[in-house]
Amino acid sequence: MILSQKITSYPGHEITPEDVKAGKYLDLVYKFEPKYSWAAGVAISRFLAELKEGRIIARKCMNCERILVPPRMYCEQCFRPTDEWVEIKDTGTINTYSISHVGTDARRLKTPILVAVVDLDGATPGMGILHNLGEVEPSKIKVGMKVKAVWKSSSERQGAITDIRYFRPIGEE
Amino acid sequence: MKNRVAIVGAGMTLFRRRMLESPKELSFEATRMALDSAGLELKDIQSVVSGSAPDAFDGMHMKGEYLLDGMGGIGKPNQRVYVGGGTGVFTPIGGFWNVASGMYDTCLCVAEEKMSPLHPHPQYAFWSIFDQILERPLGTTLLWIFSLEMRRYMHKYGIKEEEIASVAVKNKGNAVDHPCAQLGAKITVDDVMNSEPICWPVKRLDVSPPSDGAAAVVLATEKVAKKLTDQPVWLDGVGWTLDSTHWTNRDLAYPEYVEKAAWMAYKMAGIKKPRKEIDIAEVYDPFDYKELHHMEGLQLAGKGEAAKMAVDGVTQRDGDLPVCPSGGLLGVGNPIAAAGMMKICEVFWQLRGEAGKRQVKKDARTGLAQAWGDLMQVGTVAVMRS
Repeated sequence: MILSQKITSYPGHEITPEDVKAGKYLDLVYKFEPKYSWAAGVAISRFLAELKEGRIIARKCMNCERILVPPRMYCEQCFRPTDEWVEIKDTGTINTYSISHVGTDARRLKTPILVAVVDLDGATPGMGILHNLGEVEPSKIKVGMKVKAVWKSSSERQGAITDIRYFRPIGEE
Repeated sequence: MKNRVAIVGAGMTLFRRRMLESPKELSFEATRMALDSAGLELKDIQSVVSGSAPDAFDGMHMKGEYLLDGMGGIGKPNQRVYVGGGTGVFTPIGGFWNVASGMYDTCLCVAEEKMSPLHPHPQYAFWSIFDQILERPLGTTLLWIFSLEMRRYMHKYGIKEEEIASVAVKNKGNAVDHPCAQLGAKITVDDVMNSEPICWPVKRLDVSPPSDGAAAVVLATEKVAKKLTDQPVWLDGVGWTLDSTHWTNRDLAYPEYVEKAAWMAYKMAGIKKPRKEIDIAEVYDPFDYKELHHMEGLQLAGKGEAAKMAVDGVTQRDGDLPVCPSGGLLGVGNPIAAAGMMKICEVFWQLRGEAGKRQVKKDARTGLAQAWGDLMQVGTVAVMRS
């Protein structure tokens, strides 16, 4: 086996899991625990405030006539400020979905997370958001399925994307 | 362009899950091999372009500066380029500007990645590429963008998981002949189908592994190249574009940004019919479906038609369009930036007819290497000729 006919040795030394267990190499372990406080921005602050009220809003660009969600204060295609806020529906269509058996740090989950891109009704077609699915058997999920947001109660909502617990199928396709 | 750009040397380290060498040491090994294969010393190098992906893997901020001495960059004009997974092919694109522009006669391009320091898993670093307000609170993992894209791609064109799995079988099989490969193996479609689901439809064997490694090439002007070798490989076309991070607003079934990058490279190289004119392609394959998705974006297959080419054997080493003869990321391994550079190295060796057991059957004169990354938004493409 060769890389190139002109190369005969291949540099590098592997550390195997057995080496690690046997303590055969030296390392230094460090835990970095920074804390950030993110301002949500002009568009998303308003979007989150509306979620707290149980509504989903978008921004409209009068030039390309797209209704943008997540909302932005500028249209990245026309490169001009967007023009107005538009309330859209909390129903939509599953564009695509996945059944995730791993969490954020890639560790195995006991219960899989159902995740989807949901194209929201009232926004320009193809304007999806990422969210979770619920109240559905994983094997029953289909691309094209109609879904509706399941909201936390008004007292539980805090102006976050998780004010919507998940989207659930609403029967017809 | 002021100068035609040649690749005159290439080198790489072993790709493994965890390596003893530090990031600087890995960089040095690959760089030294590339210089040796070009018959050059560091004093002959006028500029250096370095590529490395997220600093979060190493926990080493400003990694470009940290890596500098291992990459031969001390006291020379140096730039670090970074477009996530697209970095490996973007690194020689950066080098191309240095040489094609007439600024420098020689440029060293080095890509390194050490993913193993991050615990419990390197995937954890990718959590922070998602939108911090709207997406991270949902429990995101990088695998979601792949599994969601794969599902959409399957839906739009009616592609089966088994057809996609044939790509993993081919690439891991090809990697058996690569001396630096981490996961070369003879497996079957059933093995892929029966491997544990991670984010369905993505299963364990659909995915490339996390890896440590480095790879490098040396670029030179035509004048310098002709003094060094009678087998220069010409870097005749480069292209790159990015799409928005609003990835949920995008057509996930087709990578338009890859198409744009490809046409930029093809136009520069004078290629009008890519499927006819490209002899071999190292297409970016961090996941098996991505090879198919990218072949379509690269105009090497019609929309929804790449799976049939894979199943029919067209993309095998002895096929009409060999794809990932190296073994790709699925087989050789995926130290992010170094993996894209490995593809450039492989096309270099293939076009010189030096690839030994990996050598494709057809007489390959024109090759392509492509990488992809960030939040499913960047395409980087290089067209090379012997």
